Amino acid sequence: MQRKGTLSRVDRRNFLKLSGGLVVALTLPSSKWTAEAQASANFAPNGFIRIDNQGFVTMVMPMAEMGQGIHTAHSMLLAEELEVGLDKVRLELSPPDDALYGNPLLGSQTTGGSTSIRGFWTPLRQAGAIARTLLIEAAARQWNVDPKTCHALNGLVLDGTGSRQLAYGALVDAAAALPAPAAKDLTLKDPKDFRIIGTPQKRLDTPPKVNGTASFGIDVKVPGMKIAAISISPVLGGKPKSADEKAALAVKGVRQVVLTDQAVAVVADHMGAAKKGLEAAAIVWEDGANSTVNSVDIVRQLEEASKTPGSVARSEGDVEAALANASRRLDAVYQLPFLAHAAMEPMNCTVHVRKDACDIWVGTQVPTMAQRTAAQITGLPAQAVNIHNHIIGGGFGRRLEIDGIAHAVKVAQQVEGPVKVIWSREEDIQHDMYRPYYYDRLSAGLDRDGKPVAWTHRVSGSSVMARYFPPAFKNGVDPDGVEGAAEPPYAFPAIHVEFKQVEPPAVPTAWWRGVGPTHNVFVVESFIDELAAAAKADAVAYRKSLLGHNPRALGVLTTAAEKAGWGKAMPARQGMGVSVQFAFGTYMAMVAEVAVGNDGSLKIGRLVCAVDCGLQVNPDTIAAQIEGGSLFGLTAALHGAITLKDGRIEQSNFDTYIPLRIDEAPVVETHVIKSAAAPGGMGEAGTAVVFPAVTNAIFAATGKRIRTLPINTDLLKNS
Amino acid sequence: MTFSIKVNGSDHTVDVDGDTPLLWVLRDVLGMTGTKFGCGMALCGACTVHVDGQPVRSCQTSIDSVGGSAVTTIESIGESATGKALQQAWIDLDVPQCGYCQSGQIMSAAALLATTPKPTDADIDAAMSGNVCRCGTYQRIRAAIHRAAV
Repeated sequence: MQRKGTLSRVDRRNFLKLSGGLVVALTLPSSKWTAEAQASANFAPNGFIRIDNQGFVTMVMPMAEMGQGIHTAHSMLLAEELEVGLDKVRLELSPPDDALYGNPLLGSQTTGGSTSIRGFWTPLRQAGAIARTLLIEAAARQWNVDPKTCHALNGLVLDGTGSRQLAYGALVDAAAALPAPAAKDLTLKDPKDFRIIGTPQKRLDTPPKVNGTASFGIDVKVPGMKIAAISISPVLGGKPKSADEKAALAVKGVRQVVLTDQAVAVVADHMGAAKKGLEAAAIVWEDGANSTVNSVDIVRQLEEASKTPGSVARSEGDVEAALANASRRLDAVYQLPFLAHAAMEPMNCTVHVRKDACDIWVGTQVPTMAQRTAAQITGLPAQAVNIHNHIIGGGFGRRLEIDGIAHAVKVAQQVEGPVKVIWSREEDIQHDMYRPYYYDRLSAGLDRDGKPVAWTHRVSGSSVMARYFPPAFKNGVDPDGVEGAAEPPYAFPAIHVEFKQVEPPAVPTAWWRGVGPTHNVFVVESFIDELAAAAKADAVAYRKSLLGHNPRALGVLTTAAEKAGWGKAMPARQGMGVSVQFAFGTYMAMVAEVAVGNDGSLKIGRLVCAVDCGLQVNPDTIAAQIEGGSLFGLTAALHGAITLKDGRIEQSNFDTYIPLRIDEAPVVETHVIKSAAAPGGMGEAGTAVVFPAVTNAIFAATGKRIRTLPINTDLLKNS
Repeated sequence: MTFSIKVNGSDHTVDVDGDTPLLWVLRDVLGMTGTKFGCGMALCGACTVHVDGQPVRSCQTSIDSVGGSAVTTIESIGESATGKALQQAWIDLDVPQCGYCQSGQIMSAAALLATTPKPTDADIDAAMSGNVCRCGTYQRIRAAIHRAAV
C-alpha cells in the first residue's frame, strides 16, 4: 500500500514509477523551478527527498554518477541540512525531467562541465532545509511548542528541554500535510556548523562496486532480452549495402540480422553468438563521400586556415604595437590530436520498442536528450519513452552524446522484445565522437627585462559548442574553444585571442574530460614557460611575477612549488615542470617530476598538486579526482592520438589506443588549501593541469620543448 | 553443444558453441554480470576470473577449454579470506571511481596475493599491469593491495 501526501501530477508520476512497497513520500508543493533556478530561489524538493516511516531517506540523484563521486557528494549536501547520517540514505536515480532535475548552470538535466556541485550546492541544501523545517514544525505542533525551541539531529527532532524526541519516520505524514516554507525564508547552516560537508565521507557506491553487484547499463537484465552486436560503417558516414543473413543465422544462437541506415546488428541469445554472427555476415559497405579523408589533410587544412584571422574572443591593449616595439618576440605553434574517450564500459544500450511505448536502459549524462532522441526516431511522444538511467562505467564526456542510444533504438525498432546492443571495443574507439584536433598559433613580446608586453593566441579547430549548444556559439567564438586562453591567470598589458572554426571532414567532435581547459591550459602554460625560459627566469618565479593580482592562483602555485621541493638540484635528464590554472571555478597548480632516458623514454616520478576549490564537500573525492583526473590527462599526453586514413579511424583497441597502466602510473600528491569561497568543480581540473606540468618538466630535463601532443619520445633521445 | 561447468561451486549446463568465450557464458547465459567486458582481446583485464585458482581473461577463454575446472568470479571471491580482505581494503580506501574495472582488478589482486602474500610495489605493478583503469585509481589499488596483505 502506498500513502501519499499532496502529490502533484508530476510528483505522482515520479513517485509511482520510482517507489515500491510501503513508502511515504514527504511531498512538498512543486514548482517549475528551472526557470527560477538561475536565482536559485524556488524549487521542488519532493524531486530530491523521500522519507519513509522507518526514517530511511531516499535521495533522488539528479546527476549521473560516472565515477566522479557526485552521488555521495550530493547526498552530503542534502544530509547536512536534513540532519541525517549518510548511513540512513538510500540513493535512487532520477527519471528524465528537466523541470525537476535540470542542472541550474546548464539549464537541462546534463551532467558535465564539472558543474554538479556548483549547480546544486544551494538547491540541494535548500531541499534538505525545507524537509528539516517541516519535520521540526510537525513535531512542534504535536508537542504544542514553538518550533524555534526545537532542533533536528541525526534523524530525530528534539524539543528545547531535551526530554522529548520524535524520529523522522514518525513525523513524515504530518510533515507532508504542512505548507512548505519558501526557499528565501530558509536559514541554511553556517559552514562552521557543518557536520558532513567538508569531512571525508566514504562513497556510498563503493560496496556494490567491489562484489560485482553494481549494475551498469551493460548489466541490465530484462525478461526476454536478446543481445546484439553492432557494426557501423568503417568509413565514417558510410552505409551498409548488404549482409549475408543466411551465414549469420547459421551461427548457433543467432536470431536475426538487422540493417539500419548506418549499421548492421546481429541479434542473438548471447554476445558470443552475436559477435560470431556479425563476422559471418560479411557486411558489404557503401563507403560514401569520406573514403579519402585522412589526418594529414585535416592538419594541413587547419594549418592553412590558422594563417588568417579568426573571430575575436578578447582584445585588450594595442597588441600589434606592443609586439612591434618589443625587445624580443616569440612565436610558436601548438598542436593537439583527436582523442577518443575509451571508457572502460563500452557503449551499450538496451531498448524495448512497442507500438505505444519505448523503454531504454542505459547510462547517460543526458537523460532528457536521450528521451527526446528516442521519441523522434520512434515517433512516440516523449512521455511514452521511459529512460532507466544507470551508473556509468566511465563517462569522460562520451555519454553526453546520444548516438549510441539512437543506433540502439533503430535496431530495436526491428526486433520483437527487448534487445541489448553492445559495441565491441573496436566499434567504441572507431565510432567515438572525438576531442577536436586543435592548431594554435601564439606570439608574445618581451620587454628588456623579459616581461611580457603582448600576448596573442589564435585557436583553430572544430567547435563542439556550435553543434551541441548553438546559442552559446556567438559571433564565431566558441566560448569552450577559448576557455583558459581568453582569460589566462596572468596579467598581460596587451592580449588578443581569437577562435577560428574549422570543421574537419567526416570526424564528429565532442566534449572530452577537461574540455576547453584541457587544450588551452596546455598551450598557455607551455608558452608562458617558453617566455620564462627566454627571459632566463625561474619558471615559478616568472609566473609569480605575473600573478600579483591573483592571490588564489598565487596561493596554489606557492604551495605546489613548496611541497614539490621546487628548485632542488636534479640529476642529469631529470627535471621539474609547473603549471597553473583557473578552470571550473577551481584554482590548481601542479609540479611534475620527470626523468628522460637516453632512449627518450619517460618516467613520470610524481605529480604534486595544490588545489583551492573553495569550500570542500568531500575531501577524499577531491583527492581521488585529482589522482584519477591527472592520470587521465597523462595518458593522453603520453599516448593519446586518434588518426584517420582512407576515412577510417586507424586505432581500434587498447593495443593501438594505449591506456596508462599501473606500472607507468606516478604517485599523485594532493594538497588542499582551505578556503571559504564558493565551491568549485573538481571532475576535470586535474586532467587539464597535468599536460603542461609534464611537458615543461621535459623541457627542464632536456631543453626540448614539446609543442605537439602526444609526446614524441623519439625527439627526446640523447644524441 | 552442451557444456557442464562449475562456477562458484555450482554446476551449470549451457548449450552454446564450443568457441563461445567464458565471459559471455557467465554474463549472458548465466546472468552473472559482475565479470565485465572491456576489450574482447585480453588487453584490459576487466573480465578476469579464476580457473582453478589461476587468473584468466574470460574474454579469451573458450567454454570448451574450461572442462571440469572450478571457475571463480567476483560474485564469490569474498568467500575467501584473501578476497574478503581485498574487498574491505577497496572499501576502506575508496578505491573505485566508476568501478567498472574493479571486478577484474580485485580478481587479479587475489591471484597475486595467493602466490605473493606480501607483494612489493614492483610485484604489484607487474601482476596488475594487465588490468586497465581509465579512471586512474592505480595508486589506491597499490595501497589497497598492501593493506589487504597485512
